[in-house]
Amino acid sequence: MPEIKIQIKNLYKIFGKNPKSALEKVKDGVNKDQLLEKHNHVLGLKDINLDIKEKSIQVVMGLSGSGKSTLIRHINRLIEPTDGSVVVDGEDVLKMNDENLRNFRRTKTAMVFQRFALLPHKTVLENTMFGLHIQNIDEKEANTRARRWIDRVGLSGYEEKYPQHLSGGMQQRVGLARALTNDGEILLMDEAFSALDPLIRKDMQDILLELQDELHKTVVFITHDLDEALKIGDRIAILKDGIMDQEGIPADILLSPKTQYVKDFVEDVNRARVIKAKHIMSKLNGQDRDNAMFVDQDDFIDRFIDKVISDKPNCLIVKNKNNDEIGYLSTKRLSEILKR
Amino acid sequence: MEKLFLSEFPELSRETLRFIKKGFDTSYRAFSREYGDTIEAVFDPVLYFLVWFEKLLQNSPWPLVLICFLAIIYFGSRKISVTIGSLFAFLLIGIFGMWEDTMSTVSIIGVCTLLSIGIGIPVGVLMAKSERAQRICTPILDVMQTMPSFVYLIPVVMLLGIGKIPGLLAVVIYAIPPIIRLTNLGIREVDSEVLEAADAFGANPRQKLFQIQLPLALPTIFAGINQTIMMALAMVVIASMIGVKGLGQPVLKAITNQYFAMGLFNGLAIVALAIIFDRVSQSFGHRIQQHRSGARE
Repeated sequence: MPEIKIQIKNLYKIFGKNPKSALEKVKDGVNKDQLLEKHNHVLGLKDINLDIKEKSIQVVMGLSGSGKSTLIRHINRLIEPTDGSVVVDGEDVLKMNDENLRNFRRTKTAMVFQRFALLPHKTVLENTMFGLHIQNIDEKEANTRARRWIDRVGLSGYEEKYPQHLSGGMQQRVGLARALTNDGEILLMDEAFSALDPLIRKDMQDILLELQDELHKTVVFITHDLDEALKIGDRIAILKDGIMDQEGIPADILLSPKTQYVKDFVEDVNRARVIKAKHIMSKLNGQDRDNAMFVDQDDFIDRFIDKVISDKPNCLIVKNKNNDEIGYLSTKRLSEILKR
Repeated sequence: MEKLFLSEFPELSRETLRFIKKGFDTSYRAFSREYGDTIEAVFDPVLYFLVWFEKLLQNSPWPLVLICFLAIIYFGSRKISVTIGSLFAFLLIGIFGMWEDTMSTVSIIGVCTLLSIGIGIPVGVLMAKSERAQRICTPILDVMQTMPSFVYLIPVVMLLGIGKIPGLLAVVIYAIPPIIRLTNLGIREVDSEVLEAADAFGANPRQKLFQIQLPLALPTIFAGINQTIMMALAMVVIASMIGVKGLGQPVLKAITNQYFAMGLFNGLAIVALAIIFDRVSQSFGHRIQQHRSGARE
């Protein structure tokens, strides 16, 4: 079982003049609209609990105004919560003094922003070195490390350009290189790819997944795009109006949405591309192996659906990496899953 | 009775007013007698520097000074047209017998600008960092900019007499507001997302100021420096009333004696200096923001 890297507990954020007193009212059950109308306070986040596992990609998804960007800013305390705690590696971020907080931000975390937030007066290379300059790391080392990541995100040859001279996709590569150069264990990505064209966004998602295979960072990824969430998330949390509606692995969210909101959200998703055999298999129960088909537990449905249609097996047997048979999937169940 | 009250504003009696004014003047006079020398001593280093700089410009061979000026102008603006224009302007000034006065003016403008930058930028930074400082400084700047300059010449002269330092002070008081205001504005205008990024990477306030806020505010600060120089030049004539040498004194003489040509020549020399300072500082300002130029590739 992987360790919990980031633990968010009972987190509340209320914007307004007197958040403490508004907090009492929220805890007494006043909802977001009433709070705004009667008390002139905005409910940002309400009782958020989230355990983020080490070396995984946790997606937080929601529409604009759902509080997702507010939530990610609590992890490195760019925003002070009204109540609750954020514990990273056993240490409460909210109890750190200025100096400790700065060190935490310098060494543990790195952030990528929706609108890139590059320094317009610095070149690509200088931007990438920014985190290291802040840490007073010596110029030669900073230079080597920055160049390595510039190369890794595919920007070699652009080191001396200014951000304004680059396209959006390239600017965000700089943003990513800047975050990776910092070499924190936690990567915070606030709608990092939302401002990019669809094709470039796909490229960036692929780059991120490829890097993650190798780097195993703890990534918190904010998005409003369900396809993106399903593609890159190991787990997904869905926020609505500052409340967490559901949290779980992508398949669970697709197959058993807890609220109407989530249901509406996942309705149009192409399930065959998101659900793996292991997500929908049931226990082996002495099924007949006659005319059975074997599938890998990590195969998405769309990898074997064509074969199911052409071969017309009686059932599917799911195997794990060691070739053990671990589960069973009837064609009836398969068609039910796909029909909805 | 009622009618009288409304048609005439109820004012303090002449006695009371005289008493107030007299009391004010007496106490200020006492203050200046008591501390005038001390305050003058504080400004001694500035005075020495100013005198040294003026003598340097006046006593060095004029071709050497001219070459130095043109070199500065060229490297500041990187424009051959500005350099040649300046050459002609300086030659004309020299031919019409205003070289020495021009050197005095250049030296006092130079020192005033340096002082304004040295004081103005830190004050502007302070204002940008603290709301309270902004609340306190804004009305003071308003007073400095709108108070007729003759009015604050009075206490300055009472305190320090006439001469270079009071003139210098008058010029700085008049010319410093733009650089303070624009430093403040430039820093406040820095993109908050960029600052958030700096926070996220753990930058401390000093790193943010020197690596992000000041560099990004530089174009605006430069507009302030440019304004400050222009306003300092505009003050040259008024400062000459309290004994500042330079192009202002002949203008003043021309006014009192109705010498139109003399006034015009010296006035035009001031204009020429203003244009040169303006073009050089503006193109220098443009050049330090290379990153803004050029379209996407």
